Amino acid sequence: MSLLDTLLRCVAVVVVFLTFPLIIGQTEHKVMAHMQGRLGPMYAGGFHGWAQLVADGVKFAQKEDVVPLDADRRVFQLAPAVALLPYMLVLLVIPVGPEGFVGQAVDAGLIFVLAVMGIGVLGSLMAGWASANKFSLLGGLRTAAQLMSYELPMLLAAASVAMAAGTLSLPGILGAFHWWWVPWQLIGAFVFFTAGLAELQRPPFDMPVADSEIIFGAYTEYTGLRFAFFLLSEYAGILVISALTAVLFLGGWHGPMPESLGWLWTLLKTFALAFVVIWLRVTYPRLREDQLMRFAWTCLIPLALLQLAITGVVKVAIS
Amino acid sequence: MSLLAAAGSLDPAARSFLSPTGVEIVFLLVGLAVLGSAVISVTTRQLVHAALWLVVALGGLAIEFLLLTAEFVAWVQVLIYLGSVVVLVLFGLMLTKAPIGRSPDANSGNRWVALGVALAAAGTLVTLVVDAFRTSWVDLGAGGGSTRVTGEYLFRYWVLPFEALSVLLLAALVGAIVLSRTGKGRVPKPRAGKLRAGKPVGTNGRAASATTARPTASTPPVQES
Repeated sequence: MSLLDTLLRCVAVVVVFLTFPLIIGQTEHKVMAHMQGRLGPMYAGGFHGWAQLVADGVKFAQKEDVVPLDADRRVFQLAPAVALLPYMLVLLVIPVGPEGFVGQAVDAGLIFVLAVMGIGVLGSLMAGWASANKFSLLGGLRTAAQLMSYELPMLLAAASVAMAAGTLSLPGILGAFHWWWVPWQLIGAFVFFTAGLAELQRPPFDMPVADSEIIFGAYTEYTGLRFAFFLLSEYAGILVISALTAVLFLGGWHGPMPESLGWLWTLLKTFALAFVVIWLRVTYPRLREDQLMRFAWTCLIPLALLQLAITGVVKVAIS
Repeated sequence: MSLLAAAGSLDPAARSFLSPTGVEIVFLLVGLAVLGSAVISVTTRQLVHAALWLVVALGGLAIEFLLLTAEFVAWVQVLIYLGSVVVLVLFGLMLTKAPIGRSPDANSGNRWVALGVALAAAGTLVTLVVDAFRTSWVDLGAGGGSTRVTGEYLFRYWVLPFEALSVLLLAALVGAIVLSRTGKGRVPKPRAGKLRAGKPVGTNGRAASATTARPTASTPPVQES
């Protein structure tokens, strides 16, 4: 792999990282609005408010960057970067199409993805603690509790796919994919996607940022660009979770069309799942903290273990 | 030994140690960074900063693993230590209302004993490793630490230690449950709807161990029957 090739791949990943989350954000504006009988943004950019998020970005860039007097300055300022960058690293290893259509194929790609996404949560924790604000601290606490509960079912569900494929490499998993994996890994897909939603703190799992109780959780004190980074990391997270679910459980580039159009399938599945994420936000009320914990420990983890058992039995039966 | 034999022989090196390659220089530099952040993490008076420096140290270790081509181990290091252990430590610190800025009482009387133990442990390990390998040279082929190779060695040659370790972890788990339940007569029930304020942090420098144990100790009302 030449230097130019590497450079091009990195640039491509950065471009995807900067544009796709905005597309998902704009979709969320419009889809939510229409589901609630509103129009959503209509003016910015002219056609159905397509430039609304660009305008938002300009607005964020103009705002004053405030650091509270009692805050821990360095940790406070570092937190948005810690929250945002892991998602960019994860995008680097998600395969889009066959024949090396991936930023960088990693041997233990599945572990890499889950490990790096875990770091992103450190950003929320740092923000929650460093803000010197009780609401932020509560948000940080809830984030940590939620992460620790939902990391386990997510890992178990991912392990089930790795068992089925016999590899941890993401392109390798897709290479071993057959259509009947979808019903076979259906429970795992549900667990993974749900736990992913919880890890992103998306509704109905948005207890850590519950606006009616603790303002905006760990991000309460943030303004301007740093606040925008946290928002961007949330939407980048939706992109990453949707893409990962598509790759692990829905067959990524596999679909009824020539293989050269495989990337189209990956994108289609990813955005369909992103739409589901938005849909769920509009549909379900927020789970209470105890319901949230009970759901993880008494529902998702047993389901994930069941999926592991099914995967093992079927794997032994067909080999 | 067999693990090393896979990567290369242990014959005396025909290579000079005075002309390091780029990877070796990076390895040393990252090693220095790990050492530095580890020292800061145990000497700083700011509790949360200590946990965050621990992140740097553990992440640096993951990079060292990567430079030694042990890719799988590196990602597992990130997943377990950065993603879970540090989050747990931070969670515990937040429960104690770790103050922003210096904790004046975060000073342990065991400081010099701890230094002695650390130096003794480091001395033993360094002597052991240096004596075991001397001037032998292990060639690091690409893929020498890939998932497949690691898995094959783990479950073919090292199964017994692996299973023994899992029994040890199980024992630790049971022990933690027992420890957190023995004092249940004395633990006051947390008042409903209020965050327990906790003591000021850092009494005797045992903050980390005390706080990680606390979540289990302070949430008995659901399970107790």
